[in-house]
Amino acid sequence: MFLQQLVNGVALGSVYALIALGYTMVYGIITLINFAHGEIFMVGAFIGLLLVSYFKVNVFVAIIGAMIFCMIMGVLIELIAYRALRKSSRLSALISAIGVSIFLSSLALMVFGADAKGFPDGAFPVRQIHVGSADISTLQILIIGVSAVLMMGLEFIVQKTKIGKAMRATSEDYNTSALMGINVNRVISFTFALGSALAAAGGVLVGVLFNAVSFNMGLMAGLKAFAAAVLGGIGSIPGAMLGGLLLGVSEVFGVAIGYSSYRDAIAFTILVLVLLVKPTGLLGQKITKKV
Amino acid sequence: MADFLNSLVGSIDPYMLQILVNVGIAIVLALGLNVITGLTGQLSLGHAAFMSIGAFTSAMVTIKTGLPFVANLAVTGVVTAIVAAAIGFPILRLTGDYLAICTLGFAEIVKVFFLNFEPTNKALGLTVPPAKTSIPMPIYVWVVAILAIVLVTFVQNSRFGRALKAIREDEIAADAMGINTARYKIQAFALGSFMAGIGGGLYAHFLSYINPSDFGFLKSVDILAMVVLGGLGSVPGAVIGSSVLASAPEFLRFMSQYRMLVYGALLVFLMVFRPNGLLGGVNVTELLLRAIGRKPAGK
Repeated sequence: MFLQQLVNGVALGSVYALIALGYTMVYGIITLINFAHGEIFMVGAFIGLLLVSYFKVNVFVAIIGAMIFCMIMGVLIELIAYRALRKSSRLSALISAIGVSIFLSSLALMVFGADAKGFPDGAFPVRQIHVGSADISTLQILIIGVSAVLMMGLEFIVQKTKIGKAMRATSEDYNTSALMGINVNRVISFTFALGSALAAAGGVLVGVLFNAVSFNMGLMAGLKAFAAAVLGGIGSIPGAMLGGLLLGVSEVFGVAIGYSSYRDAIAFTILVLVLLVKPTGLLGQKITKKV
Repeated sequence: MADFLNSLVGSIDPYMLQILVNVGIAIVLALGLNVITGLTGQLSLGHAAFMSIGAFTSAMVTIKTGLPFVANLAVTGVVTAIVAAAIGFPILRLTGDYLAICTLGFAEIVKVFFLNFEPTNKALGLTVPPAKTSIPMPIYVWVVAILAIVLVTFVQNSRFGRALKAIREDEIAADAMGINTARYKIQAFALGSFMAGIGGGLYAHFLSYINPSDFGFLKSVDILAMVVLGGLGSVPGAVIGSSVLASAPEFLRFMSQYRMLVYGALLVFLMVFRPNGLLGGVNVTELLLRAIGRKPAGK
């Protein structure tokens, strides 16, 4: 029972972590809460669904297709809705992000309709594997595996490549890195591309897991992933992974011990409690403000 | 008096009346948030939670007691303010986006609480009996909206308001100047929530049906958009922002299914072209004085 719930929790948590990474990277660089991020996750799920149902590709190709599509979309959103607002008040950019979010979810409502769509049968062969007392489905292995590969890939890009170095520098100090000859616009576009690609992958995985893709799936998932990013300490990449896993596991355990009607409150209760004890999240840096 | 008011309200086209009442309630809510976010600079993403606390409190007061509606609204406002102060006490220590996400989390918790709260019918929602008053509800809404405008204008120019603005501009400096920042922040939070509670009470009795799901994240965002669109910290801005956004979905109704699509795009374009809001950085009194041909004072 315990092991079973733990696996369920880790599977859900890795998806939260994938989405949370996008929030945390964007926040780390331009301190914007990108509220449209949840909708990118939703669009990714729909693109994956379309690819699987109409082009009959397998799930892995669908994930890659959705990632590429959302990458372009993320960069375009930044270009249209945020770039002009980079120098103005952060709240204006926040409202703009909310506008994008409303736009995308109503667009999805118009195009795909109000009811949830499922993946066609046999999109991914589901088998149960017995490990001790737990039934682990191949789906859960797929989710945990794909998330782990993507997160390692991200870690590699951020730590080992030149553009990753530029990203870290920009999030450390935006103005100085611009002075040092880093093309910050390119770094920001790249960050949006990376974050959106991860969210898209998360979208397809969630779509396959729950076998339901709907226009409003982005809102709650986005909010929880954002909560995960803040829980881990916003701006910190390992923090987002940790926060996502923690929220996923605690949510699944909360439901398992009988609080299913409080499901959506569990994540936020943990978040509020942690913030009260550690005001900058679990792995967030303590910021000393100078006057 | 009551007859006259009733016939006055009755003479307005019901559809128009609905829009005007929505605008009135939105003004009360937006001005409340304007105190918290606009004046004090504390980003709150959970204003709808206080609206829902107000709505449910007010509805329960009407159901359980025979208090006249004015007293009901007063009780509602005070209860909401007390809850806000109790919440604000721990969470206002957080700054910036940590505070924002905490208010968001709190709002979700409140929503889930009411969705599971037996006395208010859980997820079925609550049917609110008519308010105990002879004056029609729209008149109440408009009077309260005007009172709210007057109140916030006064607050803005008072010692209290100046302290709030000092906190917004630089919290550390304000602290160094001897302003008790924690106390002022909690008071501002309580005042804003007081207004949100009253707005919620009016909303409950005007619609006569409330459901916890109506007060979700999107409602909070709606109110925030009104404040930011109008221009943070500006009372006329909040009034214009709430009038535009509360009536926009109605005026956009001719586009039927494209309505929310256009609304979202509108938010983006308004922000890109007026990043400080419609009236941000515009001194309305000065403009008015100029318009009637007098030089503004102090220039």
